[in-house]
Amino acid sequence: MEGRIYLDHAAAMPVRPEVLSFGMGFSDGFAGNPSTLCREGLVAQEVLATAREKVAALVGASAPDSIIFTGGATESNNIAVRGTALRNRKAGNRIVVSAIEHISVLNPAKYLQKSGFSLTPAPVDRYGVIDLDALGAAVTPETVVTSVHYANNEIGTVEPIREVAAIVHDRGGLLHVDATDAAGRIPIDVERDGIDLLTLSGNQLGGPQGAGALYIRPGVRVQPVLVGGGQERGLRPGTEDVVGIACMGEAARLAKEEMPEESRRLAAIRDRLIAGITGLEEAYLTGHPTERLPHHASFRFSRIEGESIQLAMDLLGIAVATGSACTSRTLEASHVLLAIGLAHEEAHGSMIATFGRGNSVEEVPRIVGAVEETVKRLRAITPL
Amino acid sequence: MADQIGYSQKVMEHFMNPHNVGVIENPDGYGKVGNPVCGDIMEIFITVRDDVIEDIRFRTFGCGSAIATSSMVTDMAKGKTLDEAMRITRDDVATELEGLPPKKMHCSNLAADALHAAIEDYREKQKKG
Repeated sequence: MEGRIYLDHAAAMPVRPEVLSFGMGFSDGFAGNPSTLCREGLVAQEVLATAREKVAALVGASAPDSIIFTGGATESNNIAVRGTALRNRKAGNRIVVSAIEHISVLNPAKYLQKSGFSLTPAPVDRYGVIDLDALGAAVTPETVVTSVHYANNEIGTVEPIREVAAIVHDRGGLLHVDATDAAGRIPIDVERDGIDLLTLSGNQLGGPQGAGALYIRPGVRVQPVLVGGGQERGLRPGTEDVVGIACMGEAARLAKEEMPEESRRLAAIRDRLIAGITGLEEAYLTGHPTERLPHHASFRFSRIEGESIQLAMDLLGIAVATGSACTSRTLEASHVLLAIGLAHEEAHGSMIATFGRGNSVEEVPRIVGAVEETVKRLRAITPL
Repeated sequence: MADQIGYSQKVMEHFMNPHNVGVIENPDGYGKVGNPVCGDIMEIFITVRDDVIEDIRFRTFGCGSAIATSSMVTDMAKGKTLDEAMRITRDDVATELEGLPPKKMHCSNLAADALHAAIEDYREKQKKG
């Protein structure tokens, strides 16, 4: 049996060996709490400060203190959406989110709706690109927070963030951008792009799970969603995961350094795979053909169902993802695929492949072969 | 492999090598359940001789457990009398498959429903003579 091929980097990235070695540097009795004044605590503060500088540099934030560390992207999204809307409620009670945001943005937005905010979803076109005219109509001077992700995790489409920022700022509101999938893969510059709040995941950069960050433009006021001690400017109370954060910082540094070359390498795998799979019968690309993340290829297949594809591929040694209802906790069809205009039966047959450092272009023929075999087998038993 | 995405070894066996797949031309009974919105569609074809299910075939659009439960229900029904086959429940199918994840129980429901629909179709046709 040939080795495993892992194509589910959007779900979880392996921790980079360099990052693991860096983390192991703390195994020698390091026990600092950054909130204490003893020498160990000061060392821990230094570790956090260095990580903040590395993460700030990745996203073009000139003030490292504009970065707060969290337990991951879900926490960052909650603080950004709920914390910002609630803190700025006097300026208005409307929020706008794109229709294809991650559930960790959509659910905080729905939570705000229950607390009396008016929530407007902003539609996207058939590629998942936000409709700027519709966004312009949705965002009003009473809209305190607008949340549009940098790129989508299910279909890979990259959004025109600078145009979005111009619309939001023209109406006087704040823009939150979830960059979980984009950071470290495409250049992000919060100052150039006009981003007020930016969500980052440590794991998606190659660090361990359990660390994330939120960029908050200096001057933007946010209130805590979790209360406790005053860590991370009071916005993320609780003793910091110092080693996890240090590893996230190191992963950010490496990502920034290696991005141009690595993204080109990943895009070559992506383009080969897209060419191979869309050459199969009734197989279609989802998301934008060119404005997409370099490590992301997503498809749908007519007349078969995504979980079956995922299981069958897994048994052939290849880990892929699907937006199928059958794999979601709610058993509902993917809101992303429905929002780009697919019918329910079309939305059920999706397959997502996301690449990382362990993948190579030489794997593409085996992947395409496995997909072809899987699709053929499942189509042979379908009544559709 | 046994606990892959919460599925039993038995489910995976039936998913990878489903039994009784296909179509029966001019079946004595035919049942189809499910819809594309929920993501599972199942059809079952039967031939009946002396009140016994002599042959049974299925085709399914759906997830791993939808395919496995279809395969299992056809195994369970084959050779049984119609009354016996009508008494096969969703729980029986799940039990034979060594259990299903809780959220997948509706799939086993669907497989038994398709079987029952095929038997009812046969009985309707008999009444009409």
